[in-house]
Amino acid sequence: MKAPHLTARVCFANYAALMVLLALTALAARAPLGAWKAPVSLGIAAAKMALVFIFFMQLRYQRGLVRVFALAGFFWLGIVLTLMFADYLTRGWLP
Amino acid sequence: MSNTLTHPAASPYSDREQHAVANHLGMWTFIATEILFFGGLFASYSLYRWAYPAAFVTGSKHLEFWIGTLNTGVLLTSSLFMALADLAVRAGRRGALRWSLLATWLLGALFLGLKFYEYHLAAKEGHVPGAHFRLEVPQAPQVELFMFLYFAMTGLHAAHMIIGLGAIAWLLWLNHRRRLGADHDAPVSMVALYWHFVDCVWIFLYPLLYLVR
Amino acid sequence: MSSPVLIPPAPVPGPRPPDYLAAGHTIGSWLLTLDHKRIGLLYLFAITFFFAIAAFAAALMRIELLTPAGDLVTSETYNRLFTLHGVTMVWFFLIPSIPATLGNFVIPLMIGARDVAFPRLNLASWYIFMLGGLFTLYAIVMGGVDTGWTFYTPYSSTYSNSHVMAMAAGVFIAGFSSIATGLNFIVTIHKLRAPGLTWGRLPLFLWSMYSTSIILVLATPVLAITLLLIVLERCFGVGIFDPKLGGDPLLFQHLFWFYSHPAVYIMILPGMGVVSEIIAAFARKPVFGYEVVAASSMAIGVLGFLVWGHHMFVSSQSVYAGVVFSLLSFLVAVPSAIKVFSWTATLHRGHISLETPMLYALGFIGLFTVGGVTGVMLATLAIDVHVTDTYFVVAHFHYIMVGGAVMAFMGGIHYWWPKICGRMYPEWPARIAALTIFLGFNLTFFPQFVLGYMGMPRRYHVYPPEFQALNVLSTAGASILGIGYLMPLVYLTWSFFRGRRAGPNPWGATGLEWRTDSPAPEHNFAETPIVTTGPYHYPVQP
Repeated sequence: MKAPHLTARVCFANYAALMVLLALTALAARAPLGAWKAPVSLGIAAAKMALVFIFFMQLRYQRGLVRVFALAGFFWLGIVLTLMFADYLTRGWLP
Repeated sequence: MSNTLTHPAASPYSDREQHAVANHLGMWTFIATEILFFGGLFASYSLYRWAYPAAFVTGSKHLEFWIGTLNTGVLLTSSLFMALADLAVRAGRRGALRWSLLATWLLGALFLGLKFYEYHLAAKEGHVPGAHFRLEVPQAPQVELFMFLYFAMTGLHAAHMIIGLGAIAWLLWLNHRRRLGADHDAPVSMVALYWHFVDCVWIFLYPLLYLVR
Repeated sequence: MSSPVLIPPAPVPGPRPPDYLAAGHTIGSWLLTLDHKRIGLLYLFAITFFFAIAAFAAALMRIELLTPAGDLVTSETYNRLFTLHGVTMVWFFLIPSIPATLGNFVIPLMIGARDVAFPRLNLASWYIFMLGGLFTLYAIVMGGVDTGWTFYTPYSSTYSNSHVMAMAAGVFIAGFSSIATGLNFIVTIHKLRAPGLTWGRLPLFLWSMYSTSIILVLATPVLAITLLLIVLERCFGVGIFDPKLGGDPLLFQHLFWFYSHPAVYIMILPGMGVVSEIIAAFARKPVFGYEVVAASSMAIGVLGFLVWGHHMFVSSQSVYAGVVFSLLSFLVAVPSAIKVFSWTATLHRGHISLETPMLYALGFIGLFTVGGVTGVMLATLAIDVHVTDTYFVVAHFHYIMVGGAVMAFMGGIHYWWPKICGRMYPEWPARIAALTIFLGFNLTFFPQFVLGYMGMPRRYHVYPPEFQALNVLSTAGASILGIGYLMPLVYLTWSFFRGRRAGPNPWGATGLEWRTDSPAPEHNFAETPIVTTGPYHYPVQP
């Protein structure tokens, strides 16, 4: 009994979704979104990356330990950003 | 006979499943290191974008939006073919493996070609930071800072792409020598993970560099 | 549930399967080896070489500091000496010391495996290390670097006229060796444990190495990108640390210390793991509070990432961020202290014997405590403002790095020596060397606490005359320390070839590594061992 695994169908569906998101993000750059531009474009990028991770990189079909390893890097990057900005936001460095 | 590179001893694994999981854990650990490696650049970028938003808009507008967008599509397509290559090797289909690896490689090479063309355009227009920078815009020093980050981030990404192309070429050679198949698919799976990750880095670089408005 | 476990009887004389040392005598069998034990020895030779270079630089520094005037070397040269000492000691001795030598040698044995998860990656990591060393040696031979091991911008990125790029390249390359080692150990500990060896039965050395490996893989890449950015800034003439472009030199310090603070835990955690093993073996008792000690190892690994700003209290970092970093630094001291209490409780009513490994472990506990407590002092913002960049800081980190990490390294080398070469080191010369090191170390570095508190700045080769007496004491101590380090070099080399032959378990210790021959067989175990008890299942039946 074969465990759930990636199929060609899922690959193509994933690809289609990624291309739609690409078109969306290119359009959003020219849309009048004001302060929402950055969150929208980064949100779309995060969604694309999630799709690649889950389907192309097959995290959907892996055990929990592998998923923890996959996410660990982001968590640690979060530490860099958080504590670094804790300095810059409270320092009055902005020229 | 000693346990050496030329005469390796039996593997420390007791079964293939254990070896496969070990390979995945190892590769994802490596990807975690890459997240932190690029992460240092992303952290620096975040700081300076927060500090100089107008200069980053100016800098972004001076990049080649259409080449960047096209390149993003090229890389996403290459990932599709890489995923198909992974499926092919596990099904033992050497022919399918060959053309999907070839397609991945060509798309990757196309990406790099477009990228170097972009760099060439940037050099001609004086966008390269340093002695030859000559953009006459408001906040020019901070725009030069943006350009430094642009070259550093895309340059590091390009270096990873070049390594990836080398790895895919190695896979094509292995396949040619009939050393890949359903029971020896690890090289393809591992290179695929690497390739998809490098694609993910670009997925973030694209909006951060080209879409700042 | 600790039932006694039978140790296999002493080896029967007669032809045996080759041990790892006998399995091949050619250069190729060493330079192309995939055997984790031989790779451990390759690293041992390499780091001993780098230690000698770094120690020589320190010797010149201490001789210069005998007199208040700058009469042995110029200030320029002195800058290059302390940079050489720092870079070589940190990246080419301390970081690889226990992990790449003892870790490589012992970990597969301790978990009952034939090798690490990725033997070819292991061999590659040694070559990468040597390549990094080559770049660094080149930089040294061409005149060295004068920025300090910390490479602070804008001096390193813009103004220094020394060989920053070559040295940064050397460290950058060596970093990949660290990452490869850490990656290998993480996967090895997850996937290659013998049947029955659950996480709750892992010897504490493995918990420490696991935590160390997490730091190795997650911190080192940030150092790599930071050094790369310095190199780029030197190449382009501009960069992200350059105030002319609106950059902040302090960004370098954030990125640098994000790695370099966890790096100090890379240097000490393995030592703590070694000490746990030695204390249990030579008090013949299970380590008190096993679960808490294991949890502390993990806590140190994680919390260690949250405190880097305590290196930047006076750098113009925000005072509010400083307060946060100070509080977090107090927090990270707690798991370390827990370990010290645990070791002490293990010793209490133990059946203690004072062989050389135990002497080093006991020395570690005392000296690490001094280093740790002075670390808490330095974490206190108000104190740090006065003693930062003085010899107080220098003394603090040498108590941890030398009094702690190096003593643990020496203890581990002696403890596992029979497994490494199948022979015992000579006990009395070893004890004398250990005591010499302990005395020499304290004489070298305790005066430096006083000097720093009195205001003598670090990285200066001249000082006011009233500091001379303490400096002379420190240099005298350094000479004794040097003799103490030379002694093991001599008797360990001698014992490798001529020492008294050792059986599988000369210490009567627990642990899978002691259930196989000495020296270890080429493939570690004739049959995969099966674990049925927790670690430290004393008493052990003969």
